[in-house]
Amino acid sequence: MPEFLQFLFSGLMIGSIYALVALGFTLIYNASDVINFAQGEFVMIGGMVTFFAVSAGIPLPIAALLALVVAIVVGIGLHRLAIEPAKGASPVTLIIITIGASIFLRGIAAVVFDKNFHSYPPFAGVDPIRIGGATILPQSVIVLAGTLAIVVALWAIMSRTMVGKAMVATASNRLAARLVGINTAAIVGVSFILSAAIGAIGGILVTPITLTNYDVGTLLALKGFAAAMLGGMGHPFGAVVGGLVVGLLETFGAGYISSSYKDAIAFLVILGVLFVMPQGLFGRAGIERV
Amino acid sequence: MAGFWRSYGVVAAIAIFVAVFPYLTDSSYYLRVAALVFIFSIAVLGLNLLMGFAGQVSLGHAGFFGIGAYAVAVAPTHFGLPSWLSLIAGVAVAGLLAFVIGRPILKLKGHYLAVATLGMGILIAMVFTNEARLTGGPDGMAVPRLVVFGWVARGSVTWYWISGVTLVLAALLAVNLIDSPTGRALRAIHDSETASRVLGIDVARYKLIAFVLSAMYAAMAGAYLALFDGLVTPATAGFLRSIEFVTMAVLGGLGSILGSIVGAALLTVLPQVLTVFHDYEHIALGLIMIVFMIFLRGGIVPSLTSLFRREPS
Repeated sequence: MPEFLQFLFSGLMIGSIYALVALGFTLIYNASDVINFAQGEFVMIGGMVTFFAVSAGIPLPIAALLALVVAIVVGIGLHRLAIEPAKGASPVTLIIITIGASIFLRGIAAVVFDKNFHSYPPFAGVDPIRIGGATILPQSVIVLAGTLAIVVALWAIMSRTMVGKAMVATASNRLAARLVGINTAAIVGVSFILSAAIGAIGGILVTPITLTNYDVGTLLALKGFAAAMLGGMGHPFGAVVGGLVVGLLETFGAGYISSSYKDAIAFLVILGVLFVMPQGLFGRAGIERV
Repeated sequence: MAGFWRSYGVVAAIAIFVAVFPYLTDSSYYLRVAALVFIFSIAVLGLNLLMGFAGQVSLGHAGFFGIGAYAVAVAPTHFGLPSWLSLIAGVAVAGLLAFVIGRPILKLKGHYLAVATLGMGILIAMVFTNEARLTGGPDGMAVPRLVVFGWVARGSVTWYWISGVTLVLAALLAVNLIDSPTGRALRAIHDSETASRVLGIDVARYKLIAFVLSAMYAAMAGAYLALFDGLVTPATAGFLRSIEFVTMAVLGGLGSILGSIVGAALLTVLPQVLTVFHDYEHIALGLIMIVFMIFLRGGIVPSLTSLFRREPS
């Protein structure tokens, strides 16, 4: 039982990072049909900027804020300089652009920062909390709480604010949204800002546990994409569930079956789910008009 | 007749280039890079049949590439099979695997297909990493030289000719396929699956043909690369390699034979050239990808072709 709880805790912790990346994918996809493979780089920027600001003597809260701002600026830049000029290009062309952006950002990070692994002290000490024979780090609790807060905040934005409602409208029908006066181009910009912020917060929170370096984004993008597809593309709730499921599958697979095949277990389940439910867990079937 | 020249003219141009290039340079380094370009071109050509003509994405083709590469490493070392037979076996195994998993996987569409093929590629790469007893694990393993009737294939010049001739044959096969009823069916599926089905095209069967064929192209290229390098590691089958193949195909131009080769050449030669920038290599590579895709969004070859066609008017 303690073993089970232990796997559950670490699965949820890893899963919530995947969920945040998947959420970022979903927001941008809903506004623009773009799959942003540079999504993992926002997480990297969040962790790296915080670390280097902290080592320069800046207090942690300000360092974290700085990282958030940098990530948002990069998000805006990505949208304005790389995605917007390619407006109207095919989805696969846009995907290659985001892959190029991801390589570019990794290159920048390697030059501006370095290629080493970094971490900073956890926010609330290192004394593990004991629950039912298992232990959980205070930082893990913070990661979970942060993820929950982001999900709740996002839900509030979507359902309570004008911008959020415009985002929902844009996601459901772009042309109709434009007809009722929604500036869909601006909505795409907002979705890039939100995605960058969500990724950066994830990176800031998780770096004390998982460490970070210039290269962490690739794997996160891969897992986040898989999680988003598992949940059903374009479905924010599905993205969160997908992320948590992938994280749990990984840790339980590694714990009970084989640690060297932990990714295999996650992907086998994803393949299995897609064979039965080709639109993911929560996605709707698309209809092709001829 | 114009169609004939457009199709076979490209193959002829490739053949002429392969035949003439060695006379322009005697640097074995250039021939080595050219051989690498030819090898990657074979894989990208196959992927382009799937992506450019049938309109189906694959983010897992490095898996098939890896099967070819590990076939010529594992079979001769552990089972005493001759290399040339291992190569054929590797291509056959990749084709068979594609045939078996193609049916369920190709029912998925768009991004779901992308993630399923991604998972497939990662599963294959993971087997190579973890079955260390056979594959040498993360460090990889040495690949014995290709020996055909007592003649040992080694060196850049030899592999230049082997890969160059194979590329010409692969392009010829691709052109023939595209001009055949199968090719027409594939293009129809690309335009609209539903419309194709209404017209009586067996959509699942034709997608499967393209998938199996592209897997075999990839495995062939993988086997060549392993035999040429004399070494194979799990990175051969890795996710980044799959992404690289897709990038080559899109950058060069989906649905273009010449585009596959231009894309492969660009992404093979660029990193070699960019090493002079040292730490700035990745920044430059990423930037070039973005700029090319913004300004030549249909891919290099199709965009430039339409540009030149329109110019005189």
